[in-house]
Amino acid sequence: MITVEHLTKCYGDFMAVDDLSFTIEGGHVYGFLGPNGAGKSTTMNIMTGCLSATKGQVKIEGYDIFQQPEKAKRMIGYLPEQPPLYMNETPLEYLRFVGEAKGLRGARLEEQIRRVVAQTRIEGVRNRCISALSKGYKQRVGIAQALLGNPKVIILDEPTVGLDPIQIIEIRDLIRELGKDHTVIFSSHILSEVQTICEKILIISKGRLIAFDEPENLEKRLLAPGEITLLAEGEEDQVRQILAKVPGIASLSLKREGQGRVSALLRTRQEDIYGLSRALFFAFASHNRPLLEMSLKKANLEEIFLELTEQAPDKTQEREAKRP
Amino acid sequence: MTAVLKHELRNYFHSLTAYVFGAFLLAFVGIGAVLYNIQAAVSNFEYVLSFGSLIFVVIVPILTMRVIAEEKKQKTDQLLYSLPITTFQVILGKYLALLILYLIPLAVISVYPLPFSQFGDVYLPTSYGSILAFFVLGAALIAVGVFISSLTENQGLAAGVGIAVILLNYYSVSLSEYVSSTALGSVAVLLVLVLVLGVVIRHLTRNENLAFGVCLALIAGMMLLYFLDGTAFEGLLPQVMKTLSLFERFNTFVNGMFDLTALVYYFSLIVLFLFLSVQSLEKRRYN
Repeated sequence: MITVEHLTKCYGDFMAVDDLSFTIEGGHVYGFLGPNGAGKSTTMNIMTGCLSATKGQVKIEGYDIFQQPEKAKRMIGYLPEQPPLYMNETPLEYLRFVGEAKGLRGARLEEQIRRVVAQTRIEGVRNRCISALSKGYKQRVGIAQALLGNPKVIILDEPTVGLDPIQIIEIRDLIRELGKDHTVIFSSHILSEVQTICEKILIISKGRLIAFDEPENLEKRLLAPGEITLLAEGEEDQVRQILAKVPGIASLSLKREGQGRVSALLRTRQEDIYGLSRALFFAFASHNRPLLEMSLKKANLEEIFLELTEQAPDKTQEREAKRP
Repeated sequence: MTAVLKHELRNYFHSLTAYVFGAFLLAFVGIGAVLYNIQAAVSNFEYVLSFGSLIFVVIVPILTMRVIAEEKKQKTDQLLYSLPITTFQVILGKYLALLILYLIPLAVISVYPLPFSQFGDVYLPTSYGSILAFFVLGAALIAVGVFISSLTENQGLAAGVGIAVILLNYYSVSLSEYVSSTALGSVAVLLVLVLVLGVVIRHLTRNENLAFGVCLALIAGMMLLYFLDGTAFEGLLPQVMKTLSLFERFNTFVNGMFDLTALVYYFSLIVLFLFLSVQSLEKRRYN
């Protein structure tokens, strides 16, 4: 479990992270989403002890990252945005160093290395010089390093950036797999990626947490007010009468389409948009009027993301100007 | 710490650094031994070390330039921060690796006096006392080099600054004879030094007020002292230059004195610069 309380980080006058608080429960894949420069990397760097905070507290499995850094860091495996690799070493040498630094020795070290090498599928390149590896393999070596010592929490900062589509899919599969026995937090500015892998999403913008929920709930949040368009057979008056009896319609506009069809665009403020569509279906059915088409306009995550990040309290312009 | 130590050692032996360092040191001391002990048939091995100490100007910066600068450049310092080891352990591991690297050629060098003693009257206590002092001198210079490397992410710059600093230190005693020994001259140089200190503080802390504050306080103190008792500054500058010279203290050993205060001086210097290196690394966490 990770608790972040009132985390603030200032670079001079620029607030990179602004009073951020959240709690992450164990054993899920969490997506850390935000536009570029939102403070994702800064937050992750603070959570892993690479950076100090101006204010606030971070606890990893009960250990304060500032007060008991060594114990807290043993709980975390971290892959920074740029994989921290020693280019003149082989993956095996590199992993041995990281393992030893994490306190692994002898048979346990060898066993762990064997396990992470298999898990990240780098057996084929384990004795090649890291500088000669492709970007995808470098990324995997970076992830392998994070997995050493079997930490409870794995934090990956934009692990799929700069990879080709096949590599991206492979890394995503790996993250999903890791989510089975670790808490995985990974950041991204690609929505679809977060949507497909994560069980929970944190959206951060301008250093503030603006949403923390499951992808479905986030979608629901913006579903109301929803829109339903429908096409029915019948006269305009008939359709209007039928619709008048359906509760929950906030506004309505009808349009004759010819061939005895009428199209309608309804708006509702109701939370449960499916409730309205059910009511519409039965209303038309009970009047024996065929409903030819009905479509709900749901907000997708893309729109939620845009809307939420744009709504975020705006101190950006002055901040952006001061950004180093 | 042992992980860092092993990692560093493996790195040095993978690259040319260790071999270049060892080869240069052995070659230079070897040339010295030929010149003094064999050609001139002088039985004092310590003179060879005194001659050999000049090579530190080149080889210490070569050895230490990448030690931290390279980590910053490759962004591997982030790995070190995120691992469950302290910055102190990182610096100590790196420093001990450098010392081990330095001890290997030195072990070869410490054999030299023995064959010489078979053919002449070599006073071994002075020879070995000087070898010990040679080791501690090198260790102190390496600590300075580590600190310089921790200030930048540019290896070349670290090497350049390192060479300049050690060269200046090497000649500081000779130079001290040429600098002004008047009170006004000392005050002028001290003023410049205070301003340099201010710039360094500003660079390290990014806090202008602190830098200005320290500068003003020091300058005010200096002015006050100068007007109250101007004679206190007389000959101060040459004195300071002599005191700061690491090589000058080594020469006491060469002259056959086992100077404990010099050893304490070297050890405090090592501790100071390692402490500064830790702070310099730690500072990156804060901005």
